[in-house]
Amino acid sequence: MPQETADKAGLKSAQSKIKQKFTWHRKHLLSLQDLTQEELVHILDTAEGFMEVSRRSIKKAPALRGKVVVNLFFEDSTRTRNSFTLAASRLSADVLEFTAKGSSISKGETLRDTARNLEAMGIDIVVIRHNAGGAPHLLSDCIDACVINAGDGYHEHPTQGLLDIFTMRQLRQDIRGLKVAIVGDIAHSRVARSNIWGLHTLGAQVYLVGPPTLMPSAVKQLPVTVCHDFDEIIGEMDVLNMLRVQFERIGSSVFPSVLEYARLFGLTVERMKHARPDVIVMHPGPINRGLELESEVADGPNSTVLRQVSNGLAVRMAVLFLVNQAANLKKKTDK
Amino acid sequence: MAELLIKEGRIIDPANNLDMVGDLLVDKGKITQVGKVTDTAQAIISAQGLIVTPGLIDMHVHLREPGDEEEETIASGSAAAVAGGFASVACMPNTDPPIDNEATVDFVYRQAACAGLANVFATGAITKGRQGKELAEMGQMVRGGAVAFTDDGSGVQNPAVMLRALQYVRMFDKAILQHCQDNALSQDGVMTSGYQATVLGLPGMSPLAEELMLYRDVQLAKQTSGRLHAQHLSTAGAAQIVRNAKQQNIHITAEVTPHHLLLTDQACQNYDPNYKINPPLRTQADIEALRQAVADGTIDCLASDHAPHLRSEKELEFLHAPFGIISLECALGLYVKALIDTKTITWPRLIEMMTINPARILGIDKGTLTPGADADITLIDPNHPWRVDVGKFKSKSRNCPYDGWDLNCRAVCTIVGGKVQFQLKSDPCLS
Repeated sequence: MPQETADKAGLKSAQSKIKQKFTWHRKHLLSLQDLTQEELVHILDTAEGFMEVSRRSIKKAPALRGKVVVNLFFEDSTRTRNSFTLAASRLSADVLEFTAKGSSISKGETLRDTARNLEAMGIDIVVIRHNAGGAPHLLSDCIDACVINAGDGYHEHPTQGLLDIFTMRQLRQDIRGLKVAIVGDIAHSRVARSNIWGLHTLGAQVYLVGPPTLMPSAVKQLPVTVCHDFDEIIGEMDVLNMLRVQFERIGSSVFPSVLEYARLFGLTVERMKHARPDVIVMHPGPINRGLELESEVADGPNSTVLRQVSNGLAVRMAVLFLVNQAANLKKKTDK
Repeated sequence: MAELLIKEGRIIDPANNLDMVGDLLVDKGKITQVGKVTDTAQAIISAQGLIVTPGLIDMHVHLREPGDEEEETIASGSAAAVAGGFASVACMPNTDPPIDNEATVDFVYRQAACAGLANVFATGAITKGRQGKELAEMGQMVRGGAVAFTDDGSGVQNPAVMLRALQYVRMFDKAILQHCQDNALSQDGVMTSGYQATVLGLPGMSPLAEELMLYRDVQLAKQTSGRLHAQHLSTAGAAQIVRNAKQQNIHITAEVTPHHLLLTDQACQNYDPNYKINPPLRTQADIEALRQAVADGTIDCLASDHAPHLRSEKELEFLHAPFGIISLECALGLYVKALIDTKTITWPRLIEMMTINPARILGIDKGTLTPGADADITLIDPNHPWRVDVGKFKSKSRNCPYDGWDLNCRAVCTIVGGKVQFQLKSDPCLS
């Protein structure tokens, strides 16, 4: 089959999986907290359609041809950035890599100025990762392009939350009633927050596991159950989402040592014996082997770490596709 | 013939327990008569429908000079002050270089004299360079005219240093104004800890950071009999600590800002740095407790903490933007909204907190309409609907979250030393 026909078929298959009545309206994806159940499901269904593109020999779909996507990464991240770069190029977009140094105070250019300068060159979508919660909001206020939050401080990491949920849906079909434990440094985790909002909206039951010193100050007001004893609840969980430990925090006043953490909250082979045999073990990566996950668990049959990475690609393609669609819709209605 | 006659206003002078309709006669920069005045004068202002008070005093403003003149100068800050009805302000020493010696104190007074608008009183730093380690030359600064001491912007972290400061300052019978903030507890917080901070993913500052230092300082004040003044109280807990201290007759006074009487941390929802303030906006319960503390005398005075910043800095990400907002030009209207409109206090109490109380804390001869006193007078129109427009501010800065707010009360005339330094042309009451 000639490539064009294959592309059209691919797009069609993607679109056929989407309920036609729902139209995506958001130009930006800044958080999962804002999204309705319908919107969440729509992204997941769209991502489902894009899984097929990654299985072809020529992994391209023309949806974003002629569009410019900028990766505006103020924080170091090869993993997420590569994922977005690949997702954008699979949709045939032109990708601009922009790694800005540190924060915008003192010597550096302000975020506002950086964004406006890029916009002057004609860009369509900005994917931003920044150490300040709210930076994507600021961006969406001062430029016309679409803004996708790739992680802002410890506010949210929407595409990570989405790919985590997508993975759970892949293996369990229904998110409603699913018992999901998020384990680790919740206070400083944007992955945890995005997971909490997305899962709550879709009807899952979220359990936060970790030491009291690493729980956010108002955790009791969140729609979650808090637990400081991993062993107490591990047997009831359908999903264990293990967060990455940040070494700067261990050995500080919030947590005494690596050994202590691994013993209390690490997912060891021993602990796995008390979990359900079909429990899903997830991790956003990169893994600290022997800390959050024992090697055998990370490489074992319950681990979905690599599946998450593949899913991440499809989810990001879906998000890029949808925000672009909303922007085009807006341009049409503005005329 | 006398210079100025202000006729038929509602004169509220809490220092003299006065709340009556009457006239005020001013001559050679002094108040000469209060009450029924039959003399005439060169200039006459009809104050019918207006409230006539001693010139208002704001004892907590940042004028940024020396060092940050792009944000504000003593001149522009003075203009903002009189436009807000303030005849006197006390400016903070966290300038660049900080005001920690006689020369810089003297500089402030010279600049204020050049501006010739409001009375500006300089406060000096408690410690050299505001570093919190060694006492600054308080004696020399008093010689230069300093009225109080503060490391505002920061609190004195070391209790031993604070103890010595409270002891030392007794020599001069001046107050130590403390910005209560334990840095180890507040760390890199940019707003109050709580649900909003958790959801917004921003580091929070616990109320404990303020309350623990306040409690500590109350004990130190008790021990030394030094004069302690707690700046910008922001929590119910802080108000209670002050209340308890006063019950034990410990020499403590306290102030509160307009924003801590009106805004909560919910305002930070959109990451707008115009709501990034230190101490941060707290909860509705804290607002209620602070208003109650104003009503029952726990809090002594109202002070704006006017903190100008460049637009480019307040346009940074919330995490990185500097703390602070300005409000000299609308503070009066805001206090009325928070305290009079809510029926929390009456006009005499409000005026007391803006005249004689700050004057006493600073030890300055202001805040009264006693015959013989300096003719610092503010005319207030309690029924003057207006919309705050930062574009029209006399201040050099624009970082004000109250832009667009509708207020009902406004200062329409500010007289300093017998001279009219500000007059609102559009007010129907003024001739």
